[in-house]
Amino acid sequence: MSRFLFPKWSNLLLPGLIAAGAVMPLYAVFFVAYGFSPKTLDAGYQPVQPVPFSHALHAGQLGMDCRYCHNTVEDASHAAVPPTQTCMNCHTQIRPESPKLVEVQESYRTGKPIEWIRIHKLGDYSYFNHAAHVNRGVGCVSCHGRIDQMEVVYQSQPLSMGWCLDCHRNPEPHLRPVSEVTNMAYQPEFELTDTEREGLLAKYDIHPSENCSTCHR
Amino acid sequence: MSSLPADMGDAAGVGASGTIGGEVDNTGNRPGRREPLVLGMDTFGEVTRTVCRVTEAKRPPMAWYIAFVISVGLVGLLGFCVLYLIFTGVGVWGLNNPVMWAFDITNFVFWIGIGHAGTLISAILFLFRQKWRTGINRFAEAMTIFAVMCAGIFPAIHVGRVWVVYWLFPIPNQMEMWPQFRSPLLWDVFAVSTYFTVSLLFWFAGMVPDLATLRDRATTKFRQFAYGVFALGWRGSNRHWHRYERAYLLLAALSTPLVLSVHSVVSFDFATSQLPGWHTTIFPPYFVAGAIFSGFAMVVTLAVPAREMFGLKNLITLRHLDNMNKVILVTGCMVGYAYGMEFFIAWYSGAIYEKFAFINRAFGQYWWAYWIMVSCNVITPQLFWFKAIRTSIPLMFVLSLVVNVGMWFERYVIIVTSLANDFLPSSWDMFIPTWVDIGTMIGAFGLFFTLFLLFCRFLPMIAMAEVKAVMPQADPHHGEHGHGEAASEEKGSHA
Repeated sequence: MSRFLFPKWSNLLLPGLIAAGAVMPLYAVFFVAYGFSPKTLDAGYQPVQPVPFSHALHAGQLGMDCRYCHNTVEDASHAAVPPTQTCMNCHTQIRPESPKLVEVQESYRTGKPIEWIRIHKLGDYSYFNHAAHVNRGVGCVSCHGRIDQMEVVYQSQPLSMGWCLDCHRNPEPHLRPVSEVTNMAYQPEFELTDTEREGLLAKYDIHPSENCSTCHR
Repeated sequence: MSSLPADMGDAAGVGASGTIGGEVDNTGNRPGRREPLVLGMDTFGEVTRTVCRVTEAKRPPMAWYIAFVISVGLVGLLGFCVLYLIFTGVGVWGLNNPVMWAFDITNFVFWIGIGHAGTLISAILFLFRQKWRTGINRFAEAMTIFAVMCAGIFPAIHVGRVWVVYWLFPIPNQMEMWPQFRSPLLWDVFAVSTYFTVSLLFWFAGMVPDLATLRDRATTKFRQFAYGVFALGWRGSNRHWHRYERAYLLLAALSTPLVLSVHSVVSFDFATSQLPGWHTTIFPPYFVAGAIFSGFAMVVTLAVPAREMFGLKNLITLRHLDNMNKVILVTGCMVGYAYGMEFFIAWYSGAIYEKFAFINRAFGQYWWAYWIMVSCNVITPQLFWFKAIRTSIPLMFVLSLVVNVGMWFERYVIIVTSLANDFLPSSWDMFIPTWVDIGTMIGAFGLFFTLFLLFCRFLPMIAMAEVKAVMPQADPHHGEHGHGEAASEEKGSHA
């Protein structure tokens, strides 16, 4: 009776199989560590918005303050997305006929809000308070990047838990005077000395907690 | 002693004296005479044919189909319950605030415990040169692997957010968080995954020569190829056998500590906590004894119908079953001792919470579970003192089921009664299982039996090569007429 024999070429597979067996666990760890990270999955998220609104134009060239539109950040945990009426404060006068504003005009007329696509999302299980950060000298740019240079906004930071902890464990390098919070070009590492930064820590009474319940309430 | 030479004859069953319930009685223990472990077979070829027939038959017996259909149906139930849990959340179970573990961890500990008999049979009995293990080790090891697979489901699904279950493993991650290395729950992850890996390797390594036998007997191209791949090119050369025996011995040595360590670590999940009823030093040995107890009961539960269904009564003989029933009796007594000692320490320690926990176990709202546990695990196994019961196939089958029930309840009692009534009476509550709890538990049995039935049908259920080695024919002096026979007669009469 003929019986199954491994063909001779199958010997060539052996080193490959051994190598795969040795490398696969390492690869799996690497894959989970880097592949599952928001740095890989979320950073750079740049959806097409319903209106071609340019932050580079408004916040950059025109130098509008972030808080003109996102007016709740100093008082509330949530950074408000402005209603259409805020746009129309200016756009009833400035370029009211621009084709780029068709959706905005439509929304203004009908009262139906524009459905902006949210970019910076945290899990439902994590609590984040804008006011707590903005009033203690954490700049907008620290988490949102150079919004003033973005034609279309994208997520510049991973917003992962480890990334939050990096700052909570060592906040000094990210602090600035509250007056400079919305200044996108301000670079604390050049503007402030170490002593000044430590001074800010004391001045704003900053004790960033690392307890689970700080964010997972 | 004049009848001895005839008795010592061969493995042909002539050595056995009389019958019990239609089965050849080879359970005797007369000095100087070894009862045969293989009955009614003169040649190695007969062993091969008997074992291979199970996988080579055109169709398995009708009973196999019936059992398989039921089991697969229960796997469907398991799948449904697990998916329902995942899509809805752990609230579909009956868990509540003090009772945060109930059926999930009960089932986990139950299944992990079941596995221990397989490892004990394959590793410890091997190192102690217990020849009777050869008849049952293969399917006991298979049972171990399938039981650990069933066990693994429960910790994985009880975490709630199943999609991040890989957080159990210490992998660098975006949260910059590690599992708590001081927690026995993490040790559990290592203990159980090591246990599964080593058991699987041991099972597979032991099966290679038998897979080669199936390959060589295969008549279809597909069977030749499938068994051929898994036989890893085994040719049965001296060098192959030499390396195989070394590897087997090493794996046995690796598995031996696992018999004791795995369930010890599982017991730490409870013992290292502060909860009255859990926080006791007796837990590791008590859990290990309980694991072997329940595992052997499960081996008997599987062996009795399997030998019937596939015609293996001459290889899994009454002696094998009798021996296993003795192990059940011994470990049952150990478990009974542990139950008693827990009560003694609860009184002797003077700790009022401990005392309350145990009185509450026996007479509180879960009294019925406690007394099911005691009657199934301590009282009923005492029947195995009687040889007539140890060698009665129907009775041992029923008793093994009773032990399985009892050991499931043991874990339930330990987990639920301790949690339900802890230090703070205002938080006391009662656990009531939902249909999802019960469906998942039954479904896990379905998975276990499905895997076992597939194993019986497609893999060599009995370690042919090892069984042959314990037959008299394997003795180099076997069949030496005249001098050899006379010598063994001599020995026999002197012993």
